[in-house]
Amino acid sequence: MKALIWEGVNKLAVEQVPDPVLRNDQDIVVRVIAGTTCGSDLHLIGGYIPFMQSGDVIGHEFLGEVVETGAGVRRHAVGDRVVVCSFVGCGRCWYCANDLWSLCDNTNTNPGIGQALFGYDTGGIFGYSHAMGGLRGSHAEYVRVPFADYGAFPVPEGIDDTSALFVSDSVPTGWMGADLAGVKPGDVVAVWGCGAVGQMAARAAILKGAERVISIDRFPERLAMTERYVGSEVIDYTATDVGAELRERTGGRGPDVCIEAVGMEAHSDSPVHVYDQVKQQLRLQTDRPTAVRQAIHACRKGGTVFVLGVFAGAVDKFPLGAVVNKGLTVRGAQMHGQRYIPMLLDRMAAGELSTSHLATHTVSLDEAPRAYDMFKQKTDGCVRAVIRPDA
Amino acid sequence: MVSRKTFWATAAGLAGAVAVARRARTDEPAPDPVNRWLTVTVNRAPGDVQADKLPAPLQEYGERIETRIVPAPGDRGTELAVRFREAPSAAEQSVTARITGNDPRQDLRVALREAKSLLETGEVMRPDEPTAHPTTPGGKLVGLLSRRAGGEGVL
Repeated sequence: MKALIWEGVNKLAVEQVPDPVLRNDQDIVVRVIAGTTCGSDLHLIGGYIPFMQSGDVIGHEFLGEVVETGAGVRRHAVGDRVVVCSFVGCGRCWYCANDLWSLCDNTNTNPGIGQALFGYDTGGIFGYSHAMGGLRGSHAEYVRVPFADYGAFPVPEGIDDTSALFVSDSVPTGWMGADLAGVKPGDVVAVWGCGAVGQMAARAAILKGAERVISIDRFPERLAMTERYVGSEVIDYTATDVGAELRERTGGRGPDVCIEAVGMEAHSDSPVHVYDQVKQQLRLQTDRPTAVRQAIHACRKGGTVFVLGVFAGAVDKFPLGAVVNKGLTVRGAQMHGQRYIPMLLDRMAAGELSTSHLATHTVSLDEAPRAYDMFKQKTDGCVRAVIRPDA
Repeated sequence: MVSRKTFWATAAGLAGAVAVARRARTDEPAPDPVNRWLTVTVNRAPGDVQADKLPAPLQEYGERIETRIVPAPGDRGTELAVRFREAPSAAEQSVTARITGNDPRQDLRVALREAKSLLETGEVMRPDEPTAHPTTPGGKLVGLLSRRAGGEGVL
């Protein structure tokens, strides 16, 4: 079959690889209907997460049709249209049982790497390096899905492929940010980043009753999209002082909840960005935490900062003093998708969540390397490129 | 400026080194190697985890290992710990043995992890058939780390 493979830093190619097969009784094999580019893939492609091997298949956000089921699969049948959570959860370890699915104990087949990096290993994720289990990614014609009864979800008939696709990762990630940050009615919420995850975090905050939601980015088309489809206020950080603007809009208090949806390759128009770039290129820090710093400074006293963006290692100039002295709660997580996906599909069917606008481009698998380049450079207004193997 | 490839190799090597160094701070044989328990917490009630009915990966060790099973605090299941009755020698626990895959605790760690997964889910998730064809030093190092990762870590 054809698949999009990582060949080296900033090198992608479409190649033939062996078809996936059932490896366990609780597996299914899915024919991929659609997948999408994700900002976190750029960290792999750019070599910022140094646990890839040439030939690895990338991609983790996808929707497909079940074509084969293992003997132990109970909830799926051949022909089902399913959206698959990007993280694999076994469903029965303590973490899965407590809805902390991305922390699953039994789905990362390379636990020693995660334990060395983080103290404990995370769950496995499709197409996201050997540190996260080395599973094949979803930018392929077919994908094997382990523990499918827990990670694949039937898509209601009324939801089209493109809308449902984003329930695989970006929608539950955004929802989790608002949920675990404790957004409640009356809150003012600021969200850094107007990519798909940031937009969904803002939408979740609105649906959870936030009084005001303010999204921050620099790309006019993303800001306009967030205003139009999410219903959030926006700030162009290249045009104003974000901290001052947030203070002005919040009666001087600062936002109750700040959600960072940017990640390790953050951009800023301040001199700090140059400093972070230099330190990252010299490998004196692995990640650029520009937006995290700003969120911590902007957050009101006693507020909550949630880090949704992907970070892999160590950062410099982390404002721990602000965290302590302002009494902040700082949380982060990879997404516990299984906890939210059924509810999100219901909300989508009810018309409360709209995602199809995120799909600014649709390409074939053969065109995927070009799509990733466009996505990385953010050219042609690209927010997300949908990759359809059958296109 | 450090090239990304160099960083790759260095970072992967560092991660491997950390993994090894966490458990053996030095390659010098310790005067009296600690025969530490290897421990997991199984999300099953204490009555479901019994020394004479452990899954095959641990049963195969027979009398070579001793087992400790205690209820975990709170609602966290059962703590299952194993260790060799006869502690591996300092040479068997050395960094060299671990890099070459000859530390017997590595296989025991794999068996313990598999036993936990079998008790909780009924199966051990197998990795996908690889599509990678690493040719660079960095890629080969990631391959080595992946091969050792099942038997290493902080467990």
